[in-house]
Amino acid sequence: MSQEKQCHCAEIQEEELYPRLEEVIKEHKGKGEDLIMVLHKAQNLFGYLPRKAQELVAEGLNVSLNEVYGVITFYNFFSTVPQGRNSVKICLGTACYVRGSQEVLDKAQKELGIKVGGTTEDRRYSLDVVRCIGACGLAPAMLVNDDVYGRVKSPHLLDIIEKYE
Amino acid sequence: MIKATINNVDIEVPEGTNILWAAKKAGFTIPTLCNHPDLEPGGQCGICVVEIEGIPGLKRACMTPIGEGFKVRTHTPRVMATRKQLVELILSNHDTDCLTCVKNNNCELQQLAATLGINVLDYPKFEEKLPIDHTSVSIVRDPNKCILCGRCIQVCSKVQTVNALAVNHRGCDTLITTAFDAGLGNSVCINCGQCVVHCPVGALYERSAAEEVWEAIHDPDKFVVVQEAPAVRVMLGEEFGMPTGSLVSGKMHAALRRLGFDAVLETNFTADLTIMEEGTELISRLTSGKNLPLITSCSPGWIKFMETFYHDMIPHMSTAKSPQQMFGALAKTYYAQVKGIDPAKIVSVSIMPCTAKKFECQRPEMNASGYQDVDYVLTTREIGRMMREAGLDIKEMPDEPPDDILGEYTGAATIFGATGGVMEAAVRSAYRLVTGKELEDVEIKPVRGLKGIKEAEIDIEGTKVKVAVAHSCGQARELLDKVQDQIAKDGKSEYQFIEVMACPGGCVGGGGQSWGSNMAKRARRGESLYEEDRSLPLRRSHENPSVLAIYEKFLEKPNSEKAHKLLHTHYYKRSAVDGKILPG
Amino acid sequence: MNLVRNHLLISIDAGTIMAGARAVEKALVEEIDRQGLSGEIAVLETGSIGVTGQGVVIVVYPEGLYYANVTPQDAHELVEEHLLKGRPVKRLMMTEMPKQHVIRKERTGLLKEQPRIVLRNSGIIDPENIDEYIAESGYEAIERAFTKLSPAGVIQEMKDSGLMGRGGAAFTTGMKWDFASKAPGDVKYIICNADEGEPGTFKDRLILEGDPHKLIEGMMIAGYAVGATKGFVYIRGEYALSIERLEKAIAQARQYGILGDNILESGFSFDVEVMKGAGAYVCGEETALIESLEGKRGHPRNKPPYPVTEGLWGKPTVVNNVETLANVPEIIRNGAAWYRGYGTDKCPGTKVYTIIGNVATPGLIEAEMGTTLRDIIYEYAGGIKDGKKFKGALVGGAAGAFMGPEMLDAQMDFVNLREYAAVLGSGAILVMDDSADIVGMLKSVLHFFKHESCGHCVPCRLGTSQLVKIIDKIADGKGKNGDIEKLVKVSEVMRDTSFCPLGQSPILPISSSLKFFKDEIFGRVTG
Repeated sequence: MSQEKQCHCAEIQEEELYPRLEEVIKEHKGKGEDLIMVLHKAQNLFGYLPRKAQELVAEGLNVSLNEVYGVITFYNFFSTVPQGRNSVKICLGTACYVRGSQEVLDKAQKELGIKVGGTTEDRRYSLDVVRCIGACGLAPAMLVNDDVYGRVKSPHLLDIIEKYE
Repeated sequence: MIKATINNVDIEVPEGTNILWAAKKAGFTIPTLCNHPDLEPGGQCGICVVEIEGIPGLKRACMTPIGEGFKVRTHTPRVMATRKQLVELILSNHDTDCLTCVKNNNCELQQLAATLGINVLDYPKFEEKLPIDHTSVSIVRDPNKCILCGRCIQVCSKVQTVNALAVNHRGCDTLITTAFDAGLGNSVCINCGQCVVHCPVGALYERSAAEEVWEAIHDPDKFVVVQEAPAVRVMLGEEFGMPTGSLVSGKMHAALRRLGFDAVLETNFTADLTIMEEGTELISRLTSGKNLPLITSCSPGWIKFMETFYHDMIPHMSTAKSPQQMFGALAKTYYAQVKGIDPAKIVSVSIMPCTAKKFECQRPEMNASGYQDVDYVLTTREIGRMMREAGLDIKEMPDEPPDDILGEYTGAATIFGATGGVMEAAVRSAYRLVTGKELEDVEIKPVRGLKGIKEAEIDIEGTKVKVAVAHSCGQARELLDKVQDQIAKDGKSEYQFIEVMACPGGCVGGGGQSWGSNMAKRARRGESLYEEDRSLPLRRSHENPSVLAIYEKFLEKPNSEKAHKLLHTHYYKRSAVDGKILPG
Repeated sequence: MNLVRNHLLISIDAGTIMAGARAVEKALVEEIDRQGLSGEIAVLETGSIGVTGQGVVIVVYPEGLYYANVTPQDAHELVEEHLLKGRPVKRLMMTEMPKQHVIRKERTGLLKEQPRIVLRNSGIIDPENIDEYIAESGYEAIERAFTKLSPAGVIQEMKDSGLMGRGGAAFTTGMKWDFASKAPGDVKYIICNADEGEPGTFKDRLILEGDPHKLIEGMMIAGYAVGATKGFVYIRGEYALSIERLEKAIAQARQYGILGDNILESGFSFDVEVMKGAGAYVCGEETALIESLEGKRGHPRNKPPYPVTEGLWGKPTVVNNVETLANVPEIIRNGAAWYRGYGTDKCPGTKVYTIIGNVATPGLIEAEMGTTLRDIIYEYAGGIKDGKKFKGALVGGAAGAFMGPEMLDAQMDFVNLREYAAVLGSGAILVMDDSADIVGMLKSVLHFFKHESCGHCVPCRLGTSQLVKIIDKIADGKGKNGDIEKLVKVSEVMRDTSFCPLGQSPILPISSSLKFFKDEIFGRVTG
């Protein structure tokens, strides 16, 4: 699973991205049916959906803020917390699960001190689960950014993720 | 017409009738939790499932239109076992501390569990407790009680078009919350309480002021005055098992006096006063032609709705305060002065059919007397419980009049509680103010009743005044969109005067009414108010002797400087994100 | 394509990209250039060739030789040894060559192989080049529809073909189209359901990546038949490459005048838009999908009304699965009678399976309807890995059913499996050898349902939560007598009262696992 061209450049301040969001919203002005599409684009910009972005999207598409929030919290794809520089995703698809990916996940949560969907305080890692990435032959599989790791055993987890700054 | 049978009972119902209502025709009430007679079925709970011969599986009665020749069975062993299972599942994720729940004895889930004979819980409970939302001054939300039936959502989004509450998150984490889970007090919630009166369980209820009021009553240093809204007199009886819409004005005064209030006064008095102020305002706007249509301002839910979603309508709003707040301002000035009471010692309590009034009395500008004008607002439900706590039964009370000098009222005031009532009362007096003559037939029937937006054209000796009445914020939105379009296109609207009440049915359908309400009950209560109007000797606000006296002795004349200071207000632009006042 | 000596096809799909396919491609191109072979050897990207778990896979034509687990460091050796000197690199050659991968032979008729209807072009043509699709008879079916068949004729052809929806519900496609065509309304829509979310299923992704034009053509034919001018592909958000390929294909089709107004002077206009899903399994359910397309939370709607009468924006809407639509051009081009030559009487055609788990060669398989589970596992997937014993399979994804050894000879098709209370579902086959832990499998499946329940209705929201509570207890060795019966009871209530198929499904894996592995499961309950 590739997370599209997410912006990971921390040096670009969030504020500087808002004019670009405004442009996106302008294309979809008043079109509530485009909500999910616009949220995808907003998340590609910011890496997550900051509160202010949600407010702008609601206003621009002429939908209630609660509708925006309801949609964001319904779909796995959207996140309301900033993402870390490295995204760690552990596959919980059936094939991986059977081969112990839950154990790997538990280990990751413990080591990183965050829950699924969370980001470490230093913003180095975000942790998520995915449901089947089609790498069942490599079960249990995990992704760090766009790199796939197969046959992951929980003792090796730290060795893998520590490679990512 | 469709012919079918329910448990072998033949019925004939119009096409499109769902099985739930068709079964009623045959004398069977199919249990349900999520369905409500005034709302669209959502199918969340599944309790109403039935078997239909020849159709595999179970069908939801609320969402299945009955078909020709259907043979429906509403309580087969399979159906009954399934219902039990579903209720058990709900109870496994429900805070079942019923005895300490505000809805104890009034809870639809509790009643259902009793009806289905559930006495063992077979499933492990979900123990995690979620925080209760105390952010709102009007409404409390307890997610641990919520069964996600979706009624509150539908009424908030479809009927009221406020969209403060919504279904957020997903699956077993699904919660009914506000945007960002920030709490009702930090949302666009207008405090109307329609969510509260539609909630089948104890997940939504008013923030109670009963303890504070008891304390004031028992404090010998305080002089506690009480006012009762027009609608309360046709609602309070229900709290004591009386038929819906029983008119209990006199009994209410007696019970409040026995409860320990020092003076039992009337919101109806200031309702008459409102007509004098608002009627005068109407005449001056009709004369100048500016800021028409004039829009009424009695309903605090509607006010917050307008401030949040229709900023540009602020100039059209009547500046007259609501009767509750006029009363508050006068109780701690005029009343204190005449009665020789230190206003600092006066505790001003109001009994309202409304939850938004709790918000209104705490608005920062509502202190014209130099104090918070109204200290505490109690809903009909709260005062009913307090009376029961004090061992009072409204049925047993004698009829007593209110106290003077803020107690006298006319029929025009009492109909404020029904949708169209303020409009009708205003027209009764405006006619006199313009023409100097009395309107012969005071009953303006086109603005009465519970159909949608109502319109009428009033002929004031040749001057045609087009009026419209909306009851529910959804209708208000529809009407205001039309007005905005007309003003944008033609520079003016076809209407000169608009009444808006936030709640369906007006105040008799407010968020403070007894549990288990529906539109039929709202209609019944409204009719009782019109009955009281007919029974009263005076039916025009400008005929109220106490009103005439206050202008003579204190306020000089309608819209005077003093009247403006005490009886008029201003409005704010609010954020459509969190409902907070916008700067500037 | 230019006249070149060798074609080097590199499989580009999500799996191989993760394994570094792009880097390998770059290294190969550079190496070919360095060795001065650019004019003679073409490196082409293709969709998945149906092999997973073997890293970067490339195929060298005309030899039809497969290399697996290729790294950029291998580029030099591959180019010098094979392409320059003609000596295949043995250490990289794919062992356990699965039968269905020998595509060339099937196409030259040397060996009777599995029919390729849906996957006819996958792995052979460059999916990013419309010309290659056209060269393989692409867009001939829509032309036939325009010139030889009326919309009613197309619907008749579809009915005659007996094609059933491949998304799992197995409703007759021709009937669905017929309803939609007869539904009153000027505006109608075609939706392709590409929100493939059933765990272990990735067939739609590979179709999308390998042959996107086929899907477009299928949608056009559907639009022509029912009178729709607009199609949407609702595609799983994670399928970045599928989205990219599909959008390219749509752009090319528009450029060629195949999409747009008055297509091929037929008077018929049609366009396709791609809508990216956002990660909710329940959106695979057609009414939830429609809600999502409308920009809302993916809560299912009450049925009736069905989408064919009231769908997207309340208009008549056909929702078809990717694989279903990929069958359509073949049926229309070759005729219903031809199509009925494949599969069984009641269930004609082929089925694409994704076969994973403990088999020798996991991957994508297209087999005739009615093929036995045994043949699928042992003939096409190389049998059980490491020579172990077959214990069972979970067929149809999470919303599927377990099958034990007793069912190895059951004919796999939508109709026949119903008799065994099993389903074909999405066509995912998760094969387990004798070391597999059934309770663990069941736990995974039930956790999946809990995670994906939309929360709208009581039985599903609370039922899935209770199922997880109970199975977790059993898996932890803390199960009590009566717990397994409780699992069954809850899942029965869910089947009877859940709003949509998601909540109605957990009964399938639960009851089927108890049918075949009762002793094992009850053995986990200590009492």
